[in-house]
Amino acid sequence: MSFTDVLLMMFGAVLIENFIFAKFYGCCPFLGVSEKPDTALGMGMAVTFVMTLSSAVTWLVYQLLVAFKIEYFQTIAFILVIAALVQFIEMFLRKFVPALYGSLGIYLPLITTNCAVLSSALLNIQNEYNFIQSICFGFASAIGFTLAIVVFAGVRMRMRAANPPRAFKGFPITLIAAGLLAMAFSGFTSINLG
Amino acid sequence: MKKKSGFLTQLKEGILDNNPVLVQLLGMCPILALTTMVSNAIGMGLAATAVLICSNVLISLLRKFIPKQVRIAAFIVIISGFVTVIEFIMRAYVYSLYQSLGLFIPLIVVNCIILARAEAYASKNKVLPSAVDGLAMGLGFTFALFIMATIREIIGMGSFLGIPLFGDFYSPATIIISPPGAFLTLGLIIAVVQKIRNNAEDKAQIAKMKAQAMGEAKEEKDA
Repeated sequence: MSFTDVLLMMFGAVLIENFIFAKFYGCCPFLGVSEKPDTALGMGMAVTFVMTLSSAVTWLVYQLLVAFKIEYFQTIAFILVIAALVQFIEMFLRKFVPALYGSLGIYLPLITTNCAVLSSALLNIQNEYNFIQSICFGFASAIGFTLAIVVFAGVRMRMRAANPPRAFKGFPITLIAAGLLAMAFSGFTSINLG
Repeated sequence: MKKKSGFLTQLKEGILDNNPVLVQLLGMCPILALTTMVSNAIGMGLAATAVLICSNVLISLLRKFIPKQVRIAAFIVIISGFVTVIEFIMRAYVYSLYQSLGLFIPLIVVNCIILARAEAYASKNKVLPSAVDGLAMGLGFTFALFIMATIREIIGMGSFLGIPLFGDFYSPATIIISPPGAFLTLGLIIAVVQKIRNNAEDKAQIAKMKAQAMGEAKEEKDA
């Protein structure tokens, strides 16, 4: 696969096959941590960091599983690797990069149960990506997630001034706003990367 | 007799009063992604229910042995073990369903409902109530999936469980089965649930105010 192919794959992962709006991976943090654009950006950055690293590590772990002929343990192995990785990143940042820990720290424990991270690890295996492609795919999918959550946080800021009917207050109106945003993103699906 | 009524209240709690999706707002990914067809929704709901019952039972059995500090990791290992078992069973016996659910079967591991029940209920209660809790919450999840899938399949494809309901004159509104339609439908369903709960709250409020007014009137009379 050439360099252009990798670039096209990344472009597709960000816009066309967006993790939130097209695939619904990682909807819990998308709906939960999108109250303000800056916290949304913090969450997005933390996810990007973890997903890029976990794509690399889980790919290596999978090669190990293949070597021992125990591929069927992939779900258990991946979730353990992700949980351990998140814990490790948290300790590392707290010790060596306290500034980054201050801005990302509170989001890190939430990421273990973020299905976007596990699904990007599983998709890398399913699509038979090589090491570099896996990292690129993990990174691009996370950028797509960040884009979605930051844009949506901006929409929710505006929504605070609105006064919906009582039954729609809170969660329902948020979901409907997400639906409208998903319609905007579905415009990208007609792009053919050939 | 007392045990049976406890069982029924727990079941009602899980399916209606404290529904994990419609009231607690957990487990959004499968509810948005897998509700384009009723058959997928039921398959997903039952798979998650099976995992939920098994993991609740095992976690409840081990609740005295799992150290507090590593409990989340231990829960995740137990849950992912059961998910792998379910994955194998589905691949062996219902292969077409296994294929159409795709990545969402392994993703049951990170479904917040299962971890939430392990943390909030199974790690603090005895085995039997934990099993019932797993059943109740699992059925609640299945119920929510079923309702949403029914609405989306009927409007979006004009069929129910793959059987066409209307003749050729009905042109399906495909927006409902597309990703934006998932968000819109769930938003409308939860709005209806909130409306019902608001009405119940208002009624309780009015009844309380009436009782208060009656009390005051009585006091005035007495004075």
